[in-house]
Amino acid sequence: MTLKDVNPGQVCVIEGIGKKSSLRKRIIDMGLTIGTKIEVRKLAPLGDPIEILIRGYHLSLRKAEAAEVFVRLI
Amino acid sequence: MGLHIALVGNPNSGKTTLFNDLTGSNQYVGNWPGVTVEKKTGKAKHDHLPIDITDLPGIYSFSTYTLEEVIAREFVESGDVDVIINIVDASNIERNLFLTLQLLEMGKPMVIAMNMMDVLKTRGTLLDCEALSKQLNVPIVPIVASKSQGIKELLQAAVDQMGIVPPLPMIYNEPLEHVIQMVEKKLKVSVMSRMHAVRFVEEGGIAVLGHTIDPVFLAQLNEEVEKKIAFKSIDRDMVISDEKYAFITNLVSGVTTQIKEKEKYSLSDKIDAIVTHRIFAIPIFLMVMFGLFSLSFGPVGSFFKSNFEWLIQEGIIVPISNILEFLQVSDWMYSLVVDGVLGGVGSVLSFLPEITILFLTLSILEDTGYMARAAFIMDRLLRKFGLSGRSFIPMIMGFGCTVPALMATRTLESERDRRLTMMITPFMSCGARFPIYAVFAAAFFADSQATVVFSIYLLGIVIAVVSGIILKRFVTKGKISSFIMELPEYRWPTPKNLFLHTWDRVKGFIIKAGTVILVAMVIIWFLQSFDFSFRMVDDSVNSIFGIIGSQLAILFKPLGFGDWRSAMSLIVGLVAKEAVVGTLGVLYGVGEAAVDNPELLSAPLRTMYTPLTAYAFMAFTLLYMPCIAAFAAMKREMNSWKWTLIAVTYQTGVAWMVAFVIYQGGLLLGLR
Repeated sequence: MTLKDVNPGQVCVIEGIGKKSSLRKRIIDMGLTIGTKIEVRKLAPLGDPIEILIRGYHLSLRKAEAAEVFVRLI
Repeated sequence: MGLHIALVGNPNSGKTTLFNDLTGSNQYVGNWPGVTVEKKTGKAKHDHLPIDITDLPGIYSFSTYTLEEVIAREFVESGDVDVIINIVDASNIERNLFLTLQLLEMGKPMVIAMNMMDVLKTRGTLLDCEALSKQLNVPIVPIVASKSQGIKELLQAAVDQMGIVPPLPMIYNEPLEHVIQMVEKKLKVSVMSRMHAVRFVEEGGIAVLGHTIDPVFLAQLNEEVEKKIAFKSIDRDMVISDEKYAFITNLVSGVTTQIKEKEKYSLSDKIDAIVTHRIFAIPIFLMVMFGLFSLSFGPVGSFFKSNFEWLIQEGIIVPISNILEFLQVSDWMYSLVVDGVLGGVGSVLSFLPEITILFLTLSILEDTGYMARAAFIMDRLLRKFGLSGRSFIPMIMGFGCTVPALMATRTLESERDRRLTMMITPFMSCGARFPIYAVFAAAFFADSQATVVFSIYLLGIVIAVVSGIILKRFVTKGKISSFIMELPEYRWPTPKNLFLHTWDRVKGFIIKAGTVILVAMVIIWFLQSFDFSFRMVDDSVNSIFGIIGSQLAILFKPLGFGDWRSAMSLIVGLVAKEAVVGTLGVLYGVGEAAVDNPELLSAPLRTMYTPLTAYAFMAFTLLYMPCIAAFAAMKREMNSWKWTLIAVTYQTGVAWMVAFVIYQGGLLLGLR
């Protein structure tokens, strides 16, 4: 599954970043490395983007970008 | 001989605050050569040693290719830097240290300024700076940037560190380290070889190393790396970042202690629970925007504005014109100074109080962290129009003054988003256009003035939205926009930061009024005071402008206002839109007083316009090319004549078509 499908309140672990993502490098350098825990905090009022908690800070990304982050729920 | 320090750090790490602490008001804001990224430099002194400080753009990493990252990397590599001060946000330490490790690999003398230890402490975490410093081989100075604490010690540490490049910590595991060392040896690049070697391992870095090295050799080396790195089960471009973060995670857990249990939700989270709430977020956003707007352009702003206008009039214009009269200067000289220079620049400067309040309020929103939330809330809606969540700031500001609004597009990351935003921001009806609507609404729609004026504002928004949808198909150059954005903790803004931030922008506006607008005013004055044989005219209909105006009038015939006065007022409006009313006042012989007293113009206007043509005229003034000052700002921000000309041609074309549709459509419907 991808980060896009994770509901607010759920916690997951990163398994990989999509190869096609043009933002791949940026996503990785922001700390989204394999094995890192992510908590999805909320959706924006209009349903997109999403807010996640990672490595102790808050990050927002669009669903299209979240769809490139492969995760496993824990 | 002084010391040159570069300030490097993540966005939201307190870098600007630290820069302000170090330099005070002794700073200069410019642009990096050839690009629109802001460059801040300043001067400080430590024990009589003069220190130059350059504030590099806030970045998260050196490894991607955003403009800011390239600028920062090139600057650090350039050799002009003696010592790097790397500011690290202790409350967000893992991600901040990622940049720190990259900096260490660049092999420059460096000091870490550890900021926001207090925030970390309120979360119940203690950080052992000394232990961390030992592990990284770099001095760490704890500071509280918002309270200017630790600044002297920081400068001392930087001075002490001059010329010292400490040994690198062991960041990578043995196998990977071997691969990097092999690359280092084979490349034989002495300066900053580590960084280049690391990047080579990461991406095969031919682009990074330039073309000085034999490509066949590089390809061989690349293949070798590929083979050796196969032991890692993850993709090659992830290997380096992955091990860096692993090193950091390990390092941080060794130097921090949790003294009390961490609360699941911080104060910032609790504020966000309301501010970005599913239902409350949008009403709160609208309230904030309304507040911002009514503060700047409502009672508060207009109170300051009218007093400031009075001050300009009585304190500058009247005394100077008295002196000129006393000196008995020639008529043209008097007219040039009083009508041309003072009148023109004065009318632009009169917006200064409103603009100051607007900038101040925006700085507060930015410094507290609300701007990021607002972008988060609005992103989805704005994306439908080809924009990004961050476009809304310039657009809202556009209701005040187009010039600062265009400057505010700098917060947009992608070139494409910036360009689109700049093309449609002028459709937001700026404050200077309001007097035009006021005059025409009073003359033709006395019973429904407010509704008519409101409908014009609405028309601007609708045209902006439609333009966004159309233009996004054509303006495709540039990177795909992204929205990977940090939502920083809420913070109290510091007065010093607010002041410096606001002053920077206000200063820019004043300089513009004193240069571009001044020159434009003199030219316009000349064109409307002289005829083609360079004799001064009594009646401006005979001036160069008047003659051109009557020629141009034919263009406006299909729009319902094809007389030379309308045409001329529209041309003068390019200097400053509020000048449209002043010009009409002069041309209809009621004088400049029309600006303050709209009713004066009602009767003469009724002889030339019908309600229908009046409305078409209002729509045209709303949409056509913005004033000279905005044009100059657009040129500077777009950094391209081509796109600037495309933008204003588009705007004027849209204005003509919309006015045409209103007039001709109205006629068809039997309106007058």
